[in-house]
Amino acid sequence: MTAPAVLGQAAGDRWLHPSPRLATLRLAEAGGITVLLLLAVGLPLLMTGLDAAAAIAGAGILLAGIVVAVLLARRVRSWAFCERAEDLLIRRGVMVQRLSLVPYGRMQFVDVSAGPLERSLGLATLRLHTAAAASDARIPGLPRAEAERLRDQLGSLGEAQAAGL
Amino acid sequence: MTAPAGQAPVVPGPTLATEGWHRVHPLSPVVRTGRAFGPVIGILLLSLVQTTQQRDIWWHLVVVGLIALAGVTSWLVTRWRVEGGDLRIESGLVRRESQRIPLTRVQAVDIVRPGIARALGLAELRLRSAGAQGDAGRLAYLTLADAERVRAQLLALAHGVAPETPAPPEYPLYLQRQDRLLASVVLSRPFAILAAFALAVLVTAAFSPGVARGVLGASFAYVLAVGTVVWRRFNGGWRLQVAEAADGLRLRFGALETTAETIPRGRVQALVRTEPVAWRPWGWVRLQLGVAGHAHNREERQSDTRELRTVLPAGTPADADLLLDRILVDRPMRLSPPPARARWKSPLRYHWLGMDWNATAIVVTSGRITRRTTWVPLARVQSLRLVQGPLQRRLRLASLHLDAAGKRVSAVVRDRDEAEAERLLTELSEACRKARQPLRRPG
Repeated sequence: MTAPAVLGQAAGDRWLHPSPRLATLRLAEAGGITVLLLLAVGLPLLMTGLDAAAAIAGAGILLAGIVVAVLLARRVRSWAFCERAEDLLIRRGVMVQRLSLVPYGRMQFVDVSAGPLERSLGLATLRLHTAAAASDARIPGLPRAEAERLRDQLGSLGEAQAAGL
Repeated sequence: MTAPAGQAPVVPGPTLATEGWHRVHPLSPVVRTGRAFGPVIGILLLSLVQTTQQRDIWWHLVVVGLIALAGVTSWLVTRWRVEGGDLRIESGLVRRESQRIPLTRVQAVDIVRPGIARALGLAELRLRSAGAQGDAGRLAYLTLADAERVRAQLLALAHGVAPETPAPPEYPLYLQRQDRLLASVVLSRPFAILAAFALAVLVTAAFSPGVARGVLGASFAYVLAVGTVVWRRFNGGWRLQVAEAADGLRLRFGALETTAETIPRGRVQALVRTEPVAWRPWGWVRLQLGVAGHAHNREERQSDTRELRTVLPAGTPADADLLLDRILVDRPMRLSPPPARARWKSPLRYHWLGMDWNATAIVVTSGRITRRTTWVPLARVQSLRLVQGPLQRRLRLASLHLDAAGKRVSAVVRDRDEAEAERLLTELSEACRKARQPLRRPG
């Protein structure tokens, strides 16, 4: 989809990306789930003496894990956002590509959250809330300081341009 | 449309809204308990029928007694008054709650009467304020005459005129025909599901009653849910009367629970017209409004998060146009279809797909069998999303979503040429910004 390129070409538009550590985070999550699955499926099979079945199941899970890891790396690279004068653009997705446009005047609040894994990598997720539940505008994997800068900036822009429902 | 109608005469009486503290009607807990604990009591009765042990019956009596005690306490600690332009409502014994609603921000006052309240001659007042949340204060319950008097007084205070001023006049726009409503409910999908289910159970029962009972027990919750939908449609359209007042559209409806509510003009986020296929022989349409306003407390959430308010349960296209003209004046009319290759992506929808927009609103049509037309005023658009799936990418198509406030409604411009969709995103975001300008808060 060429939409981001078209929209991004307006004067001064600069597309920013989440931290590369987001890929590390996603891989760690996928790796963790793969290991858990391996244990949950492999151990009972090994204990009942079905070694061949355990080997096949383990290989399958590992393969699936690797495929997911490759897809995740592409997904992470697809995230991008652009702060414009009146609105924020967020682009994401590989298979299904999405480009969201949230006017500052429509933001009800912005919040920054970080789970334990994200915190250990110094990352945070920024979420923009509008009155519409469908908006779903978020930017994951921002460095902590950047997330807070963006939150404060979006907050003040939102305040300046706020419009009634 | 000349004579003001549909409003209750203001009964002369003491100016309730301006003197000290007031209590709600002593029978309020009965209504409230009946509503909130109706299902609980139903379950108790069911289990009473099934048990035979003396001890269990005592336990049930204890539960009922506790509920009654809670009711009386809640009445004792609830009081309200008007003070310095605010309405104050105090309630709660353990968790004391004191609500202060600035009357200048009140946009509408609705009168709601659940079945039990009607039987007792009571009514509830619900205040809707202008804030983004639209949170409501509730006065539950007053006698009907008091409720109407207090409503008029609160509205007068809200508009900054003398409290004795009668409520603003209303002009009737639409009156639902009862026969048509009944026919439309019978010809609706939820009713068809219910009927098909009832038939299936009856047929099964003819062969093996045991199985039928099992099926009935297992699917009870589902049947109840579908039945509720059917009931809502019926109740929401029964004696529906739509009138226009200075502050917005006034709806009155209800068979058992009657409601008189106001939809303030500015709160309409979207308009949806549906043309169910079963109604096509008569050409009936349904018109619903997406209304903003999040529910505040749990009780509100149950009844008020239905964001789509039906203003025309089943009417002719001319009725729909009349109402549309009053709500959204400058509507885009000339629908343009997506490119023909969109048939590959949406073969069943293609014949209904279309869109148009102007400076005030966007209109989109979609639907596989039932045609759905959605209007969203551009000033109300919350966010725009361009979405392209794998199949769409191959066909060089993209969909543009315009999200309106709430959970359910958005205008989806489906399967346009991707270059057109991108252009629409740019142009529409600009048009939305312009349409929003008058709404900006000063400062």
